[in-house]
Amino acid sequence: MRPALLRQVVLFLAVAVVFQLLAVAGGQVFLLTQLTMSLYYTLVVLGLSLLMGYAGQISLGQAGFFAVGGYTAAALCTWDLAARRSSEWVAAAERTGLLTARTDAFGALVLTVHPWPSLALAVLLSMALAVVVGIPVLKLKGNYLAMATLGVGTIVYSIPLGTARLGAADGISGVPPFPLLPGISVDGSPRSRIANYYVACVVLAVAMLLLLNLVHSRVGRALRAIHGAEDAATAMGIDTARFKVRTFVLGAALAALAGVLLTHFNGAIGPSEASVMKSVKYVAIVAVGGMGSLWGTLAASLVLNFLSLRGYFGTLDDAVFGAILIAVMLFAPEGILRIDLRRTLGLAARGPRAPAEPR
Amino acid sequence: MNLAFFIQYLVAGITYGTIYAVVGMGFNIIYNTTGIINFAQGEFVMLGGMVAVSLHHHLPLPAAIAGAVLVTMAVGALIELIFIHWLSRPTVLRMIIVTIGISILIREAALLTWGHDVRVLPYFTGNEISAISLGGARISPQAIWAVAVCAAMVLLTTAFFQWTMLGRQMRACASNRVGAAVCGLPIRNLVTLSFALSAGMGALAGCVVCPITYTQYGMGTGLAIKGFTVAILGGLGNSLGAVAAGLVLGVVESFSVSALPAAYKDTVSIAILLGILFVRPSGLFGGRAATRV
Repeated sequence: MRPALLRQVVLFLAVAVVFQLLAVAGGQVFLLTQLTMSLYYTLVVLGLSLLMGYAGQISLGQAGFFAVGGYTAAALCTWDLAARRSSEWVAAAERTGLLTARTDAFGALVLTVHPWPSLALAVLLSMALAVVVGIPVLKLKGNYLAMATLGVGTIVYSIPLGTARLGAADGISGVPPFPLLPGISVDGSPRSRIANYYVACVVLAVAMLLLLNLVHSRVGRALRAIHGAEDAATAMGIDTARFKVRTFVLGAALAALAGVLLTHFNGAIGPSEASVMKSVKYVAIVAVGGMGSLWGTLAASLVLNFLSLRGYFGTLDDAVFGAILIAVMLFAPEGILRIDLRRTLGLAARGPRAPAEPR
Repeated sequence: MNLAFFIQYLVAGITYGTIYAVVGMGFNIIYNTTGIINFAQGEFVMLGGMVAVSLHHHLPLPAAIAGAVLVTMAVGALIELIFIHWLSRPTVLRMIIVTIGISILIREAALLTWGHDVRVLPYFTGNEISAISLGGARISPQAIWAVAVCAAMVLLTTAFFQWTMLGRQMRACASNRVGAAVCGLPIRNLVTLSFALSAGMGALAGCVVCPITYTQYGMGTGLAIKGFTVAILGGLGNSLGAVAAGLVLGVVESFSVSALPAAYKDTVSIAILLGILFVRPSGLFGGRAATRV
């Protein structure tokens, strides 16, 4: 672990603390709810940033992995097994601690899968899907890759919509809190707002530390080489297919983790989380943050998600993201932050950075 | 399945198939001159239908349709002029993202202008209950209109590219851009023209299917995926391949409804797309390297 990277992450946490204190001092604690959601969405975007910004591979299906995570958690944690307690499987699962019992509003016993095993299953399922989809899809390039991921995203979207068990168009609500640590649980109650904000901050900080370390390692250099010139990277002995699929799977795991936690935080999930428009928004955020800049992506994601969730764009929400996509790609294809630094201040970025897009 | 049902499904498949073929050809025209896959292709079909419905409040049907085609052609040309014309050497990733952005803007503009409701044009001849009997199957006159108009469009564009000076210039631009520029062809204007042509074809297709399938602001994405499937299936850049592929996809999709729940109708074409991409990206009718002329 490089000390510089650790310092950056500590600085991020410090800024997060300042925000929380300001929110409390200004009597605007409710803003932390949307900020927490933005932090989780940022986790999804960071995974995509690794794939798009570093490895240069577009994906129009990132929201699908978030939905796989969120829906798996929601379905398992609301699946009442109390009536099947006599079954051997259910009894065995209960003995091993895979299940959790609680009472509902009417005092009836509800027996569901515990959030921890459901989290593990959700992330594993998302990663498995990423492997199955990623191996053939990531062999494609350019237009083909974009259309293939769009197709996969559309299929994933149609699954919850067409499945009654997953609530069809209504989605799943009534997802119970996630007891993360003794005294801390991921839920949407106003009392635990600040605690939940910090949970999201810490999860994001840990993910950031991991990703920063990755992009400054051999793997990161390999990904940038793939972005620069895939054929040359192959010729240099880089197993491009394997690196691309691994990046894809890592992004899927992060998205699923975010999906699980945000679903417990919101207490519900709906099919719009899996929609192609959602995936396109993630692409827009990566584009704004800069191809190959994790901190830029993090900043862009927090700002744009927060504004979007607070409803600042109103009914024009989708249009705003469409306009952002076009504007960034036309005028600043390497991201707003990067262009500003180099053009306005005349400072050339030093050290390793992602090369320009390949033709 | 008896013969009447078979013919019924077949005709429905061919009707949809010709639309997919036209959208696929639209992809090809732009791809040929620019190397860009225009993700906003489906939105042209939607715009054509929507504008025609609006114009039909004031104008007779033929004039409304002609107006809708012209308006959509202007939109296509404007998109090219505003967003693409001045880029020197845009990368593939950049153009994918830009055209996705354009498709979102058109969709949202349509949502603001026309709202969520489905819009519909009257049947060109006859009405919803008039039908022509064929081997026990009942065929809507509008289906015949759709097939005939799309077939005429395919023939006319083929003739245009084959025998007119302008069409040949566009093919020259597709085959060798630098060479065409050296010969003094106005490359940039030809690209603008290709956008207008592609938009106009989509719009006309949007008008003829509007009475059967209705038009809604969000219909473009699904059509774009299908049009792209068709373009790939036929070999990217190969117009006649797109026609054959469009008919195949339309018929397969139509018969899939008899075996699978209707909710999975779109999934069938996406599965075909993915299968083709994984196995044979040059298409069923394309050579190893898809021909671009």
